[in-house]
Formats: sequence, C-alpha cells, structure tokens
Amino acid sequence: MRISTFFYCIRQGMQNIIRNKLFSLASIGTICASVFLLGIFYSIVVNFNNIIREAETKVGITIFFDKDISYDQARMEEIAAQIEKRIEVQSMVFISAEQAWEHYKDKYFEGRPEMAEGFAQDNPLAASASYEIYLNNVEDQTAFVEYLKEIPGIRRINYSEMAVRGLVSVNKIITYVSAVIVTVLIFVAIFLITNTIGLSISVRREEIRIMRLIGATKFFIRQPFIVEGILIGLIGAGIPLAVIYYIYMNVVSYVVERLKLLSGLIVFLPVHQIMSILIPAALALGVGIGFFGSIFSVRKHLRA
Amino acid sequence: MIHLENVSKTYETGSKAVRDLNLHIEAGEFVFIVGNSGSGKSTLIKLLLKELEPTSGSIVVDGLDITRMKRRKIPMYRRKIGVVFQDFRLLKDRSIYENVAFAQRVIAAPGREIKRRVPEILNMVGLAGKYKSYPRQLSGGEQQRVAIARALVNRPGILLADEPTGNLDPSNSWEIMNLLDEVNRQGTTVVVVTHNREIVDQMKKRVIAMKSGRIVSDEEEGGYANED
Repeated sequence: MRISTFFYCIRQGMQNIIRNKLFSLASIGTICASVFLLGIFYSIVVNFNNIIREAETKVGITIFFDKDISYDQARMEEIAAQIEKRIEVQSMVFISAEQAWEHYKDKYFEGRPEMAEGFAQDNPLAASASYEIYLNNVEDQTAFVEYLKEIPGIRRINYSEMAVRGLVSVNKIITYVSAVIVTVLIFVAIFLITNTIGLSISVRREEIRIMRLIGATKFFIRQPFIVEGILIGLIGAGIPLAVIYYIYMNVVSYVVERLKLLSGLIVFLPVHQIMSILIPAALALGVGIGFFGSIFSVRKHLRA
Repeated sequence: MIHLENVSKTYETGSKAVRDLNLHIEAGEFVFIVGNSGSGKSTLIKLLLKELEPTSGSIVVDGLDITRMKRRKIPMYRRKIGVVFQDFRLLKDRSIYENVAFAQRVIAAPGREIKRRVPEILNMVGLAGKYKSYPRQLSGGEQQRVAIARALVNRPGILLADEPTGNLDPSNSWEIMNLLDEVNRQGTTVVVVTHNREIVDQMKKRVIAMKSGRIVSDEEEGGYANED
C-alpha cells in the first residue's frame, strides 16, 4: 500500500467517527467499560495472587514423628526423602529437637534465661524433631495433608487451613465473576461497534457505489471502516488505562497510609508491574474488539 | 473494443431484459444506443460494467472475456472504463477537485500524479476556475462535466455515458455532447445511451436502436429510431 493511500484510509476512518459521533461514543463507552472492569479485576486478582503467594512462602505444613522414630535420624530422613519426591513439594526444612527447644526457649522464657537453665540437660522437646514442608501451590494443601496422614510413622501434622483457603476461594470467585462480566461486555461492545460501522457504511453507501464503479478494490473500500473500528477500540482502551493508572496509584497510597497495621500482610504490586501487563492486554483487547466488530459489519453490509 | 456474442439476460423475476444480443464496437468509435425505457439499454450498460452477469453468451471488452472474469479482477477491469450517469453521482461533501482526485485515490495513484493530472483534466472540461467549489454550487451541466472529468482522469479506453443529458436543458446538453465528441476525437471509445432525439439526429454518429431487449437497427450516421 502507498503511504498516501494509508493516510487517506486513516483520514476517512477518523471522518467516519466524527460523522456519527453518537454511535461512536456509545461504542467507545462500552469498550471503556469492558477495559476498565478488566483492568480493575486484573489489578485485584493479581494483587490477591501476590498476597497468597506471599502467604504460601510463609505458611508451611509441619510434621512430627512417632516417638521411636523421632530419635532415629536415619528413619526420619528416609520418610522425608519419600515425601520430598512428591511434585507438590517445593522445599523441606528439618528442624531438630535442639533447634525446636532453642526457638521455644527464646519465645517463652524471654528475659529470664535462668528459668530455662533447668532443662539444660534434658530437652523437654526431645521427641519434637520436625520437618517443615512448603508446597508449590497452596491449593494442593488439603489433598497433601491426606497423603501425609497415610504415611506410617508420622504422629502429628500441623497446618493452617483457614486463612490461605479463604484467600484462594475469594480469588477464584473474583476471577470467575470478572471473566463472566468482561465476556458479556466484550460481546456488547462488538455488537455496538458492528452497528456503528454499519451506520458509517450506510451513510457512505453512495460513495461506495461510486468507488466500485471507478474500480476500487474490495480492500480499499473496506479499509476506512476497519480503521474506524480499530480507532474506536484504541480510544476505548486508552481512556480506562489512564483512569486505572490514576486510581491504582491513589488507592494504593491511600490504603498503605490508612492501614499501616496491615502493611506487613498486604503488599501491593507496584503500578508499573500491573501496567506492563495491563497496557498491552487492554490495547490488544480494544483493537481486537474494534477489528472484529468492523470485520463483521463490513462482511454483513458490503457483500460483493 | 466491445464484442457481445448472443448475450441474453433474464432476471430472476423471469423478465427478459436482453435477448440474443450481438454487438461489436471498435476502438475509437462514437456510438449512440437509443430506445425507450424497458428496451434493455440500462441492462446493457450494467452488463458492460459487470454489475450484472449475462444469463448466456459472451462479452469481450478490450480483449478480456468478462463473462469468465474472477471477482477480484473486476476492479482492475473497471479502471479501463469511465462511466457517467444521468444523476452525476458526485460526492456532495467534497470539492470539485476532491471529487476528481477521488477517482485517482481509489486506484492508489501517487500524490504527484494526482496533483498534476486533476488540474489538467478540469481544464479540459472547462472547470479549472471552479476546483474549490462544491457540487451544489454548480449548475447541472457543470456537475456533469465534473462527472466526465472524474470518468476520464484515469485515462480509460472506453467512456460509457448513461443518459448523460437526461437532467439537463438543451444548451447544457449540447455542451456535454460536444465535450464527449471532443473526448472521442482524442481517441477514447464513447458509448452514449440516450433518449435525446434531437442530439442523436444532429450528431450523425452510429446509432444502435433497441426495443424489448433486441437490436432493431444499427446505422452509421443514423438518426433516432423511426419506429416509435
């Protein structure tokens, strides 16, 4: 394509948008809404995932062994090796009875080490050697605990269920709900864009008829309408991106400011990390909606 | 240049617009096609523009068998033919210059070529001074000249004019006909479909008369059909 033809098509596409402002605005509006919701949901889900991932690294499963095994390093290692082969396992840390006692002592006899002295020769936690198991995916936890229960020689399994499980299910709900809403909106947007382009085509019917008679190629006739769709998509994606950027910055700083207590628990992802995914995704979505919407319309109205 | 062999066109409604037409127009000719409405003239134009497919027969234009032409070749074929209509069919929202340039943009002519060629052709049709005007600011005759300029700007070998003077008063009609005659003298094959008895009789060109889808007479230096 010639550069002059390229610019001609762009100009015509822009003219189409300006000529039927109302329909163009409606299309831009729906795309804005879909991209905006997509962006908000994405920000929430990604941050949730981040929080869960943080939690996963902190929350492990602790296993204790039967008394006789607890004094037998070799047998404990044997069981541990068996567990470590499982694909769910990310890492395992051995905590000896001595380490357990040190930890306990520091915590409960803090400031009064003399009280702990009495136990010096006789570790009360002598049978408490343990392994901390960290999983790749916290969702596997329940099933994994069931597996651990089956292993002979394991006396006790400690794991915290509620917090992480709750986060996971909330995250799932948000993901599903947002997927449904965004999908519906995408369909509405495609439908509206198809109609907008359809209107542009009907306004230009006479022109198209003349173009055909003069010997315009199908490509040349269709191009301005495709450009129109893509431009609507780009505008419709650009506006909510800017809004989300602004909102995200402000909400994050507001929450961090107000909820200093939670700062250790809730760590927000930096805005550029969110945007580095969201910008290309939203632009692709906008352009995609515009492109396919206009293709459908052109196919429908410009047969032959 | 234009060769029709046994061409028939029956519409889906069953009406036979053109029956068994045999017609040969050589390069450089000026031909009138006359006849009442319903005689098949418009169908003939549409067949030549490949807006319609004949039910049977073959149409060869400039060596191309257009009855067997692939769809995507149609635009290239149409660039060989300039068309002018009774209702001018100009783009009302664009200046005269843009209306003519439009035909060149459509075929993706280079910008330099457009800048050179449009004023040249507007000059030829006598509208060089009005290139900034819009169609509504021009008289019917002037609008038709713009349409002719647009049809000729890409240098087609054939100019088809479908009732070009149908909306014009006699003096404007003559101006248009003289312009078409001039175009023909410069080498373009011109086919004019018309009702205008006076013009046909005075111009002394080849006249093909049609009635009920058939050619009823074909005379060099003929007059308007005597049979109606």
